[in-house]
Amino acid sequence: MSDISLVVNGRNVSASVEDRTLLVNFLREHLGLTGTHVGCDTSQCGACVVHVDGRSVKSCTMLAAQADGAAVLTIEGLADGATLHPVQAAFREHHGLQCGFCTPGMIMAATDMIRRHPEGLDEKTVRAELEGNICRCTGYHNIVKAILAAAQAMAGGAAKAA
Amino acid sequence: MYATNYHRPKSLAEAAELARSADAKYLSGGMTLIPAMKTRLAAPSDVIDLTHIAELKGVTVSGRSVTIGAATTHFDVANNAELKRVCPAICHLAAHIGDPHVRHRGTIGGSISNNDPAADYPSAMLALDAIIVTDRREIAAQDFFTGLFETALEDGEIVKAVRFDAPEKAGYAKFPNPASRYAMTGVFVARGGDGVKVAVTGAGDNGVFRATDIEAALARGFDPAALQGVTIPADGMMSDLHASSEYRANLVVVMAKRAVAAALA
Amino acid sequence: MGMEGIGARVARKEDKRFITGAGRYTDDMVVPGMKHAAFVRSPHAHADITGIDVAAARRMPGVIGVLTGRELKTDGIGNLICGWMIHSKDGTPMKMGAWSPLAVDRVRYVGDAVAIVVADTKAQARDAAEAVEVSYAERPAVTQALDALKPGAPQLHPEAEGNLIFDWEIGDSKAADAAIAKAAHVTKVHIVNNRLVPNAMEPRAALGVYDKAEDHYTCWTTSQNPHVARLVMSAFYNVAPENKLRVIAPDVGGGFGSKIYIYPEEIVCLWASKKTGVPVKWVADRTESFLTDAHGRDHVSEVQMAFDADNRMIGLKVDTVANLGAYMSLFSSCVPTYLYATLLSGQYAIPAIHCNVRTVYTNTAPVDAYRGAGRPEATYLLERTVETAARELGVSPADLRRKNFVTQFPYQTPVIMNYDAGDYAASLDAAMKAADYAGFPARKAAAKAKGKLRGIGMSCYIEACGIAPSAAVGSLGAGVGLWESAEVRVNAVGTIEVLTGSHSHGQGHETTFAQLVAGRLGVPIDSVSIIHGDTDKVQMGMGTYGSRSGAVGMSAIAKALDKVEAKARKIAAHLMEADEADVVVENGALKVAGTDKSVPWFQVALAAYTAHNLPAGMEPGLKETSFYDPSNFTFPAGCYICEVEIDPDTGLTHILQFVAADDFGNIINPMIVEGQVHGGIAQGVGQALLEGAIYNEDGQLLTASYMDYTMPRADDLPSFVVSTSNTPCPGNPLGIKGCGEAGAIGSPPAVMNAITDAIGDNGLTMPATPQKVWAAIRSAAKH
Repeated sequence: MSDISLVVNGRNVSASVEDRTLLVNFLREHLGLTGTHVGCDTSQCGACVVHVDGRSVKSCTMLAAQADGAAVLTIEGLADGATLHPVQAAFREHHGLQCGFCTPGMIMAATDMIRRHPEGLDEKTVRAELEGNICRCTGYHNIVKAILAAAQAMAGGAAKAA
Repeated sequence: MYATNYHRPKSLAEAAELARSADAKYLSGGMTLIPAMKTRLAAPSDVIDLTHIAELKGVTVSGRSVTIGAATTHFDVANNAELKRVCPAICHLAAHIGDPHVRHRGTIGGSISNNDPAADYPSAMLALDAIIVTDRREIAAQDFFTGLFETALEDGEIVKAVRFDAPEKAGYAKFPNPASRYAMTGVFVARGGDGVKVAVTGAGDNGVFRATDIEAALARGFDPAALQGVTIPADGMMSDLHASSEYRANLVVVMAKRAVAAALA
Repeated sequence: MGMEGIGARVARKEDKRFITGAGRYTDDMVVPGMKHAAFVRSPHAHADITGIDVAAARRMPGVIGVLTGRELKTDGIGNLICGWMIHSKDGTPMKMGAWSPLAVDRVRYVGDAVAIVVADTKAQARDAAEAVEVSYAERPAVTQALDALKPGAPQLHPEAEGNLIFDWEIGDSKAADAAIAKAAHVTKVHIVNNRLVPNAMEPRAALGVYDKAEDHYTCWTTSQNPHVARLVMSAFYNVAPENKLRVIAPDVGGGFGSKIYIYPEEIVCLWASKKTGVPVKWVADRTESFLTDAHGRDHVSEVQMAFDADNRMIGLKVDTVANLGAYMSLFSSCVPTYLYATLLSGQYAIPAIHCNVRTVYTNTAPVDAYRGAGRPEATYLLERTVETAARELGVSPADLRRKNFVTQFPYQTPVIMNYDAGDYAASLDAAMKAADYAGFPARKAAAKAKGKLRGIGMSCYIEACGIAPSAAVGSLGAGVGLWESAEVRVNAVGTIEVLTGSHSHGQGHETTFAQLVAGRLGVPIDSVSIIHGDTDKVQMGMGTYGSRSGAVGMSAIAKALDKVEAKARKIAAHLMEADEADVVVENGALKVAGTDKSVPWFQVALAAYTAHNLPAGMEPGLKETSFYDPSNFTFPAGCYICEVEIDPDTGLTHILQFVAADDFGNIINPMIVEGQVHGGIAQGVGQALLEGAIYNEDGQLLTASYMDYTMPRADDLPSFVVSTSNTPCPGNPLGIKGCGEAGAIGSPPAVMNAITDAIGDNGLTMPATPQKVWAAIRSAAKH
């Protein structure tokens, strides 16, 4: 067992976990943050993407113990109270989701992508950057559209997009 | 995943001490080890996290001499401005390993220590004549990679860094496996003072290798056109669901051309 | 209100919870005392079980119970069944082999469930599952359908001699033969339709809870049709009587057919909950999903298409062998028969058609409906054949199709279906215009100049949706009726709940169904809630598959709304002292036409419940139910055009443009319809370029994870150009045809026709992977 302390969605969290506990299981089962999903066993689908210390990671490929001392942001912590994050708003406006299962990982991947590309995004870049996130419903068409729209909105000021 | 014990040493000495335990494994980015543990293909009694040892991190560029700490992530290699200036090919390679989330965790030390036959970095190490610096010694890349998932590392030995001189020109091109997106064939070419070196990952049935026929052709002219008509034998190439040995042999030449084109671009 | 009614691009009501991480999927459910299950599964494709030793596993930390098939049989749990009876042409019924939820004597595919372990944690359950010692005596295995039919092939079920499940036919064999005999040209094609794994992103899961005090079971499960699950688990699997079994399908992360069926795991979790006295949750990992979810497609066919001297189609003869895997899944028998061969007329007037279908057992995962289910197989076969014929005849593929289109409706095909409406030329014209078909030769030449190979291909598909008229499907062997139900509950203050038997797992019913109600009554969409997926809340319903929720599910709502409106009008007429015939429902009020007399909707609702002033003899309340049974299938159709560029050095195919022109009848929410088409195309492109389940000779699934099974990713696909040109469906009150499967049905032949246009047709099969395309180009160069 390991005693771990971390900050999850701005809240201090301490727990004693089995060392083999994956970060995603810690989030889902210990903290009840079930927005982060598990869609594969081989670190490919990206349904589990969260941010650790400001960078997107696959929480199914990280032990909870590795996150000791880190700051974790999950889909549940993305909106500013009742105000959706511009990426969340864009996914809704552009129908970037259907069954919703890949959506939290997609949105967390998209916010990270937009952060890393302050120069702006084009369709080709967005599609390449989505390599680590699989969606079976949308054919990606509207996900790409939503991310491009969000990137533009955020460049023009978050208030406008929200 | 089977039960395991997680350790977070703060120094190399502490890590090495922990590694004395029978079935311990070092954990860096964990991008290969953790999936293997999840599917119960790996069952270390202890995992020793090397990513909190300060001396293993960071990129140093001094003139054309490059040192990359073992625990430096692919993302940090890809985006290092100084490195991009002297050896953009290695940044390009790092920027195309896995996906963005994998690049945020995966490290160069972890990649080369694991020596997955479909990993990208081993080809660069070999073509760049890199030195692998461990807590015990320095190993030339050509001596380091010894076979599929096999390296010259001894039990408990830790890769600290890799060091190489940035070549005049270098390029990397890969054809990813359509499913896994690992390299189905990746070719790194480097032209330096001591000639042209070409290393191939993802294709050889004994892991990363130097493509000497291609090197010879490129020595006559460092240009994609120099490879027109060059073929390499299918013997010795891997064969699987996604690519026969013949197809891989073809990809080696095609990717070599593209790597040269990238080096010249 | 017009902004929220039929035809409006309303943003989805359900999105709020999904984009904030507040969706509730089966794996998110937690109940007090809940424990975790792992299944012991066969590592062999075919073997006799000679012993199971659970002693060591029972002693493992955290283990609560280890249960096997023998105990399950002792408790009287029944075998899984196929619910659609097909008779062979000799009149004998299909040969259904026994499928026990936990194998007792024999395992027949890798992944066949043998035992269940229940433990405190999932990891402990896995640990203990590994400690269950199963002794196997291996048998030879067979994985390919054609091999399974050969003399001497390994035999799977004693009930099915030669592994043959049924040998069935449709159409007029003699007429088809006669057409071929007198034809000016016969195109012969060998068609392989590759086996696919559905891969909904949410893996299957089940949480079984037995309440001892009430002798009652609750099952949360990843189902597209919870009522059917309850019916089957009660009537056939003997889990519990229907009144003692509640099935809840909460948010479900995609289905595509694979979550229609009742699988062993939910049955076993319910039974195990009673046996162990704890709630039991099981969640598949992805490899378990690959091994045990029902797969799709897997047909091999020989085709002959006959033309007269004027290039008119005069006959079609098809011989198909379909692989149904190790056991007959719930609707497996209807997929390669009534959902397939009845569509072999396509969009064409072909006077003589005959199709023979043999279905066989193999040592592979069961095969059942996957998005399109039979219709993609028919479309692929037909559209590859037509394209080949055009090349052989030296005519334009578009002209050959156009010449043979059905143009008069209704049109009776020789294979049961009666097409009610359509305008196939309109879709073809729209697609060709959108794709700049005329400009293709110039683009091809430009590509050639830079060393690339360009190709363009089209596909004109038709499908039968709105599944289905109950009496008709009953006469064809269906074990259930395929109507749908709806209850519209108007609350006392005028808000509305609609209880529907349809189930949404991505389709957006919470929005489109609410749009229908909001549009009809003129009330705000937020005052309408759609309730589905819980057998305790919702009246019996049939669920969502076969693009039926719009055409059938919404028609049921429309019918219930008719009744609600009729009663509301009576009440309003009474309140306003007007003639009922003059009362209209408009903008959230009931008005006397041509006057300024009006009662707001909520006031009528309130009057219905206060019952202080109702017409004489009227019962209080405002709540109506409808069970809607469609009168015919619906027939969405369209034309898809794909343009590809191939790198001859690597064989890599890039899709440069993909154009879809569909006729879906009336559309409720264009945004959602477009999304359905996008997703369907991605799955169809996946089938054509990327996906394929591959078993080795020993029956091991080589593509059992995303390391080896190629899922379409964002950079494999372009943005799509989609449009609709709609002829309303005359068969249902809303004029809807359905849109859920079209993309997956129409796209594979368009892609393959484009690739073979670029590199020539060398018997290239799906998926056209870089390796295969490269080899095809090389072999063409050699010859």
